[in-house]
Amino acid sequence: MKEFVLLGDEAIGQGALDAGLSGVYAYPGTPSTEITEFIQKSKEAIERNVHAQWSANEKTAMEAGLGMSYAGKRAMVCMKHVGLNVAADAFINAGMTGVNGGLVVVVADDPSMHSSQNEQDSRFYGKFAMIPVLEPATQQEAYEMTRYGFDLSEKFALPVMLRITTRLAHSRSAVERSELRSENEVKLPADLKQFILLPAPARKKYKLLLSIQDKLEQESITSGLNRTEAGEDHSKGIIACGLSYNYYQEVAANAGLNYPVLKISQYPVPAELLNEFVKGVDQVVVLEEGAPMLEESLTGILENNYQIGGRLNGLLPRDGELDPLNVKKAMGIESEPARLIPDVVKNRPPALCKGCGHIDMYNALGEALDSYGPGRVFSDIGCYTLGALPPYNAINSCVDMGASITMAKGASDAGLRPAVAVIGDSTFTHSGMTGLLDAVVEQTPLTIIISDNSTTGMTGGQQSHATNRLFDICRGIGVEEEHLRQMNPLRKHHEENMVMVADELAYEGVSVIIAQRECIQTASRSLRKEKSAKS
Amino acid sequence: MKKDIILAGVGGQGILSIAAVIGMAAVESGLYLKQAEVHGMSQRGGAVQSHLRISDSPIASDLIPEGSCDMILSVEPMEALRYLPFLAKDGWVVTSTKTFENIEDYPAEDELFEQIRLIENHVLIDANAIARELGSQKISNMVMLGAASMHLGLGTEYLEGAMNTLFGRKGEEVVALNIKALMAGKEGIRI
Repeated sequence: MKEFVLLGDEAIGQGALDAGLSGVYAYPGTPSTEITEFIQKSKEAIERNVHAQWSANEKTAMEAGLGMSYAGKRAMVCMKHVGLNVAADAFINAGMTGVNGGLVVVVADDPSMHSSQNEQDSRFYGKFAMIPVLEPATQQEAYEMTRYGFDLSEKFALPVMLRITTRLAHSRSAVERSELRSENEVKLPADLKQFILLPAPARKKYKLLLSIQDKLEQESITSGLNRTEAGEDHSKGIIACGLSYNYYQEVAANAGLNYPVLKISQYPVPAELLNEFVKGVDQVVVLEEGAPMLEESLTGILENNYQIGGRLNGLLPRDGELDPLNVKKAMGIESEPARLIPDVVKNRPPALCKGCGHIDMYNALGEALDSYGPGRVFSDIGCYTLGALPPYNAINSCVDMGASITMAKGASDAGLRPAVAVIGDSTFTHSGMTGLLDAVVEQTPLTIIISDNSTTGMTGGQQSHATNRLFDICRGIGVEEEHLRQMNPLRKHHEENMVMVADELAYEGVSVIIAQRECIQTASRSLRKEKSAKS
Repeated sequence: MKKDIILAGVGGQGILSIAAVIGMAAVESGLYLKQAEVHGMSQRGGAVQSHLRISDSPIASDLIPEGSCDMILSVEPMEALRYLPFLAKDGWVVTSTKTFENIEDYPAEDELFEQIRLIENHVLIDANAIARELGSQKISNMVMLGAASMHLGLGTEYLEGAMNTLFGRKGEEVVALNIKALMAGKEGIRI
């Protein structure tokens, strides 16, 4: 069959389409964004009318995915790791309700925090929800495990998590497709009370979930995704989870290592598999991307006292991504000293684009705040978070989606005046609206700037639910008309913009300033498209 | 045959278009490919790199091990130096001389070139000047690809074929111009 060169993310999108997907639900987030984008652009998906519109946030995505599953069709929900925090309520309870049509939840973790606030390991969530977790090592496995995920989900009537990390999400390789499977028809659950988690039925559902854990463990053996590779050198036994298997293979091939390997790609991992594997090896080394989750559990699982090496005993770094170098060190192999980076090389952090509207917004805000002193600007997740860096040094917080408004509210409640929130348009409709309602209900003195570039910018310019809706939303929530202002963030309007902000900072109530100017990246992209359409 | 290449540049400079051409040419030549990219935050004017691995046998790691990269191909001179720990002893640095100065403490050009010249196998090429002569700054990346092509182990016909596939929908002229840039880059380093 023909091979396609695909990103890990794209392989998942293709795998889902070929497995009979009827809808993908997601909010953009690095490194997960390209899964949904791939489906949005796929001709087959468009012809089949597969749902692929962005959702307002990960929770609405998770719930819509569960709803599609209720109706009998296959759904996939995609998010970055911190997005699962937002979706967690629905996610955990989906483990309780179970599913009807297959439901695969793809979570892309970002160890080393290339584009994230933390490096939490989503496998813990899978364990928490007591559902199967799949962890592919290659693009081909990502393709195949997506399909298997749907099979597994329909076999056990449970959602299945597919966990990937940045390096697989954003690395390309050839992928071979398998045959296309048709979508499910609409079909109600056999038990129309399956999704009602009132206490009495919920207790029964929970017992059911507990009772099938053994079966899930057995499946982790029979599926073949956790497999042992024999080795002649028994001084070490290597347990390699997900992507880390690749690094071990690389190091082993270069250094001629021949240890037995247990490749883990499916959880829950049964104790018997681990105990069987470690028999006859002197030392166990655990390689896992993210937190030392399996490593931590080993002490309670292994029957004898094995020496366990990994992230906990310093054999591998406790934080950050694995790579061929730190895995090589963990194998006890010395490297020749590498070349050094010359001192002349300076850091080049990401920056706001030249001509970006966020810059003019920050300039106006900065000057208006001058007389009050620093430390009053709560911000959020998006391109405008780069306002934290020089030369702007414009913000004092970036915590989670929507936290700007609510943190500013809390600070205002504490007596910090003025308190300012800076939030993007897409982030506002993701998680900012409810916080605004809190502030409006109490008439909390607070100045909110919605820096509206009419796109989800940091992730590459996806459609924003907020576009052309912000004024109506703010009015609907109850922001007073005279304190709902519009700013055009251009240098030539600096003076009037600064005065507008200063006026609202002085107001002892809720002010919302919408600083609206399209992202220059999306604007120039549509200009190019227009041009090429004309020629 | 096995080539490990780091592509380097600044977010927005289009190193992924070079990666796409090499990647497609490699796959069309029947080789294995792995190519790790940077998406997300760094794309906003930050340092970006792509690890590109091609081989006639299966490739395990998506990342190139330290000290084993055959070539650093950079469209910006300071970025060429950032990944030196990855470069093998006999590895090549092929870089454009055109600086991209979007930070306050950007070093003096001469200091950068001095450091690059300390690397035994290096090529400094004014890709922008060559591209300008050909009539479009936009094709400087393909000039760089041309300058690096002799170290890729891929037939020029495969690179041309990949350009045809990738740029074909933009019209024959665009394809021809890109191929011209490739050839000019290839010739440029012979001078």
